[in-house]
Amino acid sequence: MEKDTYLKPLFKGNPITVLVLGICSSLAVTVQLKGALVMALSVTLVTAFSSLFISLLRNTIPNRVRIIVQLVVVAMFVILIDQALKAFSYDTSKMLSVYIGLIITNCIIMGRIEAFALGNKPWPSFVDGAFNGLGYGMILIIVAFFRELFGSGTLLGFQIIPQSWYIENGGWYANNGLMILPPMALILLGCVVWIHRSIDKELQEQ
Amino acid sequence: MNTNSNIYTIIYTTVLVVIVAAILAIVASALKPRQTANVELEQMKSIMLAANIGETNGQPDKKADFKKLYDQHITDTFVIDENGNKVQGVDAFHVDLKSQYNAIKNGGKLTLPVYKCKLDNGEEVTVLPCYGAGLWGAIWGYLSVKADGQTLQGAMFAHASETPGLGGEIAEPWFYNQFDGKTLADAAGAFSSVKIVKGGAGNDRNGVDAISGATITSRSLQNTIEQWMNYYKQILGE
Repeated sequence: MEKDTYLKPLFKGNPITVLVLGICSSLAVTVQLKGALVMALSVTLVTAFSSLFISLLRNTIPNRVRIIVQLVVVAMFVILIDQALKAFSYDTSKMLSVYIGLIITNCIIMGRIEAFALGNKPWPSFVDGAFNGLGYGMILIIVAFFRELFGSGTLLGFQIIPQSWYIENGGWYANNGLMILPPMALILLGCVVWIHRSIDKELQEQ
Repeated sequence: MNTNSNIYTIIYTTVLVVIVAAILAIVASALKPRQTANVELEQMKSIMLAANIGETNGQPDKKADFKKLYDQHITDTFVIDENGNKVQGVDAFHVDLKSQYNAIKNGGKLTLPVYKCKLDNGEEVTVLPCYGAGLWGAIWGYLSVKADGQTLQGAMFAHASETPGLGGEIAEPWFYNQFDGKTLADAAGAFSSVKIVKGGAGNDRNGVDAISGATITSRSLQNTIEQWMNYYKQILGE
């Protein structure tokens, strides 16, 4: 297997910062780090296993209904994850509410199936799906880290900014309310894309 | 084999959908008991937190076993109709609050749940639910009223999809703890629901601070509480 299969989705072909897929959910679930982690894991599992599954079936799928077949497979994995979260991690399931169900509409998954899994063997497809999920998750975690730290002063729910710094307690600090609103996620995401492009000059358009 | 023929396509999709449906049905029914238990535990936790049980300094205890606390503290549950009369044969814990909310709006028959709860200091409080529409989705919660029928022991609220950091703050301890010690009566002793006041309620006997930036959620919560307490006031203080 070529090194590119797993390195490209993380950096040069990152689904969010380069392909600009999956933006919607990356704005919605990055208020807190915990939500971002669960979302990253869920998307990784769904992309990996739907790519694997579709790749196994790739020679049998009737071409005219292939999108529908892909949808059925992706939807199955999404519902499995949703049901499992409701049963084993009810708090996270409540926090992510509709966004787990909406993984099905995440363009990364269908995109990778169409572009990769339909034309490649199962193992490389699985790796491609998994690393695209991880590339997506990585950006989610970066954005969520800054949003939770500056928006709520916590990380994974633990207080990071000392209580004594806050104005209420006689200090000088206040949480940035804009951080917890979706527009700030878009601005942060823009910054990530900017940094990514200034490091990797090949990505810059002429 | 021609994978593009109509017959093949129809058979292929049918078989695939049947297999997927079977997998999902098996998994869903296997996980159902756990999911129901989670939902019920959540409800017990809300009722307990509303009565300030299982809280330390106003924050919910992470390790508390709310099922055990619920069994220990809840002494009686029953449902009342719109005139405040007890209704026999309805399990209060499993009353669907959403259907009651719709019945209130459309003027149908009501079965409103009431929970009697004994505190650690022997005092008896009545825990009452409310359910209404917020800005984006449902909001609901529980209020606990002391034996005098006026003073609030505490409250607890939750929401389906209010904006995090704005309307979503109704589910945070700093907001719902403000209800502790407020009264459901004006200075003359007549019934008066809790007011959620913009710009700070100060020491108002039935006012709490609204959430800045969440006017609609605050207002909806105030209306929801008032709507439900209007029915419950008939049995309070008895």
